[in-house]
Amino acid sequence: MSVNTHPRVDFDVIASLVRPGSKVLDVGCGDGELLELLQTTKGIDGRGVELSQKGVNESVARGLSVIQGDADSDLKYYPDGGFDYVILSQTLQATRNPKNVLTELLRIGEKAIVSFPNFGHWRVRASLAINGRMPVTKDLPYSWYDTPNIHFCTISDFVDMTKEVGAHVESAVALNALGARLGFNMPWGFWNLFGQQAVFLLKR
Amino acid sequence: MTKASQSTPQIDQKSQEATNPHSPVVDFGADRPLHLDSGVSLSPFRIAYQSYGELNADKSNAILICHALTGDQHVANVHPVTGKSGWWETLVGPGKPIDTDRYFVLCSNVLGGCLGSTGPASINPETGMAYALDLPVITIADMVRAQAMLVDHFGIEQLFAVIGGSMGGMQVLEWASSHSDKVFAAVAIATGARHSSQNIAFHEVGRQAVMADPEWKEGRYLEAGTVPRKGLSVARMAAHITYLSETALHRKFGRNLQDRQNVTFGFDADFQIESYLRYQGMSFVERFDPNSYLYMTRAMDYFDLAAEHEGRLADAFAGSKTRFCIVSFTSDWLFPTSESRTVAHALNAAGASVSFVEIESDRGHDAFLLDEPEMFSAINGFIRSAARARGLLPT
Repeated sequence: MSVNTHPRVDFDVIASLVRPGSKVLDVGCGDGELLELLQTTKGIDGRGVELSQKGVNESVARGLSVIQGDADSDLKYYPDGGFDYVILSQTLQATRNPKNVLTELLRIGEKAIVSFPNFGHWRVRASLAINGRMPVTKDLPYSWYDTPNIHFCTISDFVDMTKEVGAHVESAVALNALGARLGFNMPWGFWNLFGQQAVFLLKR
Repeated sequence: MTKASQSTPQIDQKSQEATNPHSPVVDFGADRPLHLDSGVSLSPFRIAYQSYGELNADKSNAILICHALTGDQHVANVHPVTGKSGWWETLVGPGKPIDTDRYFVLCSNVLGGCLGSTGPASINPETGMAYALDLPVITIADMVRAQAMLVDHFGIEQLFAVIGGSMGGMQVLEWASSHSDKVFAAVAIATGARHSSQNIAFHEVGRQAVMADPEWKEGRYLEAGTVPRKGLSVARMAAHITYLSETALHRKFGRNLQDRQNVTFGFDADFQIESYLRYQGMSFVERFDPNSYLYMTRAMDYFDLAAEHEGRLADAFAGSKTRFCIVSFTSDWLFPTSESRTVAHALNAAGASVSFVEIESDRGHDAFLLDEPEMFSAINGFIRSAARARGLLPT
């Protein structure tokens, strides 16, 4: 279910948030690149769920514990608090029920790490405001009719949802178009305009 | 009546293998009875096995392979009856995913089988004749208990891996459930945690075919010198259809006629598929014991891992430290992917480490025995990762 082909600048940020030796579930793990990175650099005990059979098979061939499954329907099979971290990287916007998925992440994991493309970024806004067209950028390469990304949100939207599900934002990072971190003390509105993607560390 | 009057040299060889096999054997005497699920004890009993590779000094590199319904212990060597190469040589051998240069690979003929382990064709010490139907009914758990005794015999405290497909996969799941601490990694292919109603139905057709053959003689065909050839071959024909997919059958045979231009308006094998199935049926009789077929099919029918845990499959794997790899095939309608997914979900719920791959193949259930590169790469990746975790490969 990895729906972003651009080099994954969010991976390093995610890795920096994970405690070494912890137990991690990566939901929408793609070909297992992030899990492998976390295993190598953080010595985690990692598991993955991936929708595409190709991604699953590639992950298993890499020696990762990954099963075929759907974030929307298969998280219910995991026990409460079974993981230290549950990661949802660049997948939230492709789920049918993001709020339910976020609730499930926080049920299964002590903490949840969510990264997503920010639909509030100025380029996106400009595309709609000036061109009057749905944005197609290197981070969001799909046309509106064939995109798997059915539930885009902005950083501000996401912050609202964390409140709705009762999640506590432990830390958050916004990355600009070059993959650099935006200043930490900026207000959400600034991030919402200049952050191309965001990574949130949430706690129940 | 002369003994084995309906026999062929190959059938004689088959009978020989049941009682005096080419494989090494371990005999468990009266001091080590096997307590069966049926409530009775079997003693003495014998397990015949094949092994490949060397057991390392700390006995940590052993892989047990569990064979399927009509398989046997001859995984990677020439078969003593058929003369064919081993049934899993695609996967097992030097440099293969199950690398015999690195691992000690063990495969035993299951209890109730007919290639040297105690089965219905073995001699009952109480009567001096073949057990036939006097052998107690054997279950998958009984097969695993016997294998565990063999593993103990080798002084192996924990198997590095247990691997098998179909009925072999059932044994893998049983191993991981009832001997969890003895299994570091488990690979269950094209299998399920229970036999479905449809699968039981097909097995019942097969058993009825065997038992309806007058040459079966209430199971006493060995003494009568008869061979229930028709019955067993019909059973095999019906079962063989379930091992293939419709697509594979159609691709291979279509509606092609066998050595003729037109249909004969009779009941000869006009179609290639008929001829093929008849051949499959007849050649099976040459290598397999009819009563053993009854026992093997029954063992699969009785298998229901969740039922042993009050209907909760996850409880069968509670607290498991075993690493699991579950493999299914898209066109397998005997053990469809949904059965494997049920197992994967139960393992998730139990918090176990599990990989689950569904391999795209149109070759049906039998795909697990065939050259399926994607299956090899998944198993290879899984085994290598487990070997690193077990210290058998550098990290």
